[in-house]
Amino acid sequence: MIKKVVLSTLGVALTSSLLVGNAQAGEVLDRVKEKGFVQCGVSQGLPGFSSTDEKGNWSGLDVDYCRAVAAAIFGDATKVKYSPLSASERFTALQSGEIDLLSRNTTWTQTRDTSLGINFAGVTYYDGQGFMVRKDLGITSALELDGASVCTNQGTTTELNMADYFRANGMSYEPVVFVKADEVVAAYDSGRCDVYTTDASGLAAQRTKLKEPNAHMVLPEIISKEPLGPAVIHGDDQFFDIVKWVINATVEAEEMGLTSDNIAKLLIDSNNPTPAQQRFVGTEGSLGENLGIDAKWAYNVIRQVGNYGEIWQRNVAPLELPRGVNNLWNNGGIMYAPPLR
Amino acid sequence: MTEQKYPIGQYPNLPPPKNSVGVVAWLRDSLFSNWFNTLLTILAIYIVIKTIPGLLDWAFFSADWVGTSRDDCSREGACWVFINVWFDQLMYGRFPEDQVWRIQASYIIAIAAAIPLFIPAVSRKIKTALALFLLVLFPIICFYLYYGGSFGLEVVETTLWGGLFLTLVIAVTGIVMSLPLGILLALGRRSNMPVVKSVCIVFIEFWRGIPLITVLFMASVMFPLFVPEELSPDKLIRALIGVTLFSSAYMAEVVRGGLQAIPKGQYEAAAALGLNYWKSMLLIILPQALKMVIPGIVNTFIGLFKDTTLVLIIGLFDLLGMAQLAATNPNWLGFSIEGYVFAALGFFVFCFTMSRYSQSLERRLNTGHRN
Repeated sequence: MIKKVVLSTLGVALTSSLLVGNAQAGEVLDRVKEKGFVQCGVSQGLPGFSSTDEKGNWSGLDVDYCRAVAAAIFGDATKVKYSPLSASERFTALQSGEIDLLSRNTTWTQTRDTSLGINFAGVTYYDGQGFMVRKDLGITSALELDGASVCTNQGTTTELNMADYFRANGMSYEPVVFVKADEVVAAYDSGRCDVYTTDASGLAAQRTKLKEPNAHMVLPEIISKEPLGPAVIHGDDQFFDIVKWVINATVEAEEMGLTSDNIAKLLIDSNNPTPAQQRFVGTEGSLGENLGIDAKWAYNVIRQVGNYGEIWQRNVAPLELPRGVNNLWNNGGIMYAPPLR
Repeated sequence: MTEQKYPIGQYPNLPPPKNSVGVVAWLRDSLFSNWFNTLLTILAIYIVIKTIPGLLDWAFFSADWVGTSRDDCSREGACWVFINVWFDQLMYGRFPEDQVWRIQASYIIAIAAAIPLFIPAVSRKIKTALALFLLVLFPIICFYLYYGGSFGLEVVETTLWGGLFLTLVIAVTGIVMSLPLGILLALGRRSNMPVVKSVCIVFIEFWRGIPLITVLFMASVMFPLFVPEELSPDKLIRALIGVTLFSSAYMAEVVRGGLQAIPKGQYEAAAALGLNYWKSMLLIILPQALKMVIPGIVNTFIGLFKDTTLVLIIGLFDLLGMAQLAATNPNWLGFSIEGYVFAALGFFVFCFTMSRYSQSLERRLNTGHRN
């Protein structure tokens, strides 16, 4: 395990040292505009975040942010091409310029933000590691898990977090590790272990795969911080700003009550809107100009993709995940956008 | 009842005892010949009874076959609706629906051209022409059909290729390209020319010494770091080159095994006839050597066919990858087993066909050595 961590750190250090060349100012945006589409790195299939339908169309929360960036730059959310990436190739794909935007349920950490030469543009989903148990165990808190056998994925931060948590609370446990998520779920479902631990979003998605989803519950404790968000390469601050403010615009729109349905009315029926709304849709102020894109950028994002709440409802709500900390700040969560003015 | 009397020496042959013919005898001979075999038989029957009915029930009797959404599945057995709904994706990946005819057309051309090759009555000339067409012209036609960009066909990016179609593209390219390359490498390794020989040895040992997953990863991830983006070829082409070079190294060693099995007398006889190197190889040595290593060659092909699933790690969705992707759709969570079973069936059909074909080929070409 330690060897693996050392090796992967070495690998990361090696690849990042190879990559002295960051993007030049404006380089990524120019490249995107020239190509006429955003090349977006997404996951190879993660329920609620990126998956395809029977017609091959991508959908999910991560995918929606790719579309939102395209809507902001081109006024057309369909101008996206997706590169499904495995976890191990995601950063090199961004560093080598194969993709313009990495929106692949990637946790924002200090090391990644600095030494990998990438910038996280914000948080689109606050995730954290949780525990799932059978209801008939009668457990209500993770602190009662002393002596439990725990199923999890091998070689992930999940495994390390779990070790930290149990040690910190003076509890013993017996790890049962597997390589693939499917194997972990199957083992848990067949009773090989008492507890299944992974990110809370993953728990909810995997729960639907169990034989009797209702016989299981997720414990309230969240033992790690996993803020997920899109990332861009160092160097092109303009493109970085665009991605950052696209995220903020979706959150701000929800707070302002602007949805993909009512925002169109706002433009037509313009004797009504508040100054903040006018700034948002671009009929007033210079928000678009500041970013170097169309004045109606935020309007296009909300009209074509929706506000944060809509994106959530469309993609994550079907997994029966409670919105929790991902609620707006004025609604019990921590989703908060700096003012758009 | 009086017994019939026969003159001495005329007594008819009696039928064998009841317990040494028919089903009973077969059972006794094959399944219950001694206590150990009896034990194994009982164990086998137990396992069959325990597993097969459940499997059949899951796969057929309790399975749901018709419908359009997961609500049509009772979840008591397999939900083949899943495969049904996703069938086009599993076959062609995200290839645009209105362009799928291009793939189908290529399949039809390939089958139409290949069938006469298997009919003994067709003359040799036609067969050669068809084989040449399949090996030379057909790949070019395929490229234009699949990728498009000319003849009024719209471009279909390789990132949209997927499913069984992508598996076949990678496997067939790897198979067709690696055999000639492998033969050349094998000949080179046995060559008397030191430069050619050492180049071939280094090449073979290098590609045999690294795992395919590393090759693919280098091709997809590291390659673009060293080469400017404009110069780096398409991701699929990089993977195809990687797979081809990788399997050609294995092929070279299989072929070399055949070359070494040819008695020295054959080489000397070819030389004595005044044949130069290439003629003696093409006319005398290779036909014998290749025939001998058919099992090894097909073994490599089958291995290659299954290895194509590794392209998943570089973000290409082959048949298996597509099945996994489909099972992550929020509307279809929990149907990964059906997807895996379908993918396994797909792979089995192709690999088994290759295996059977190679055996019939062996029988057809059997001209000695064994008898």
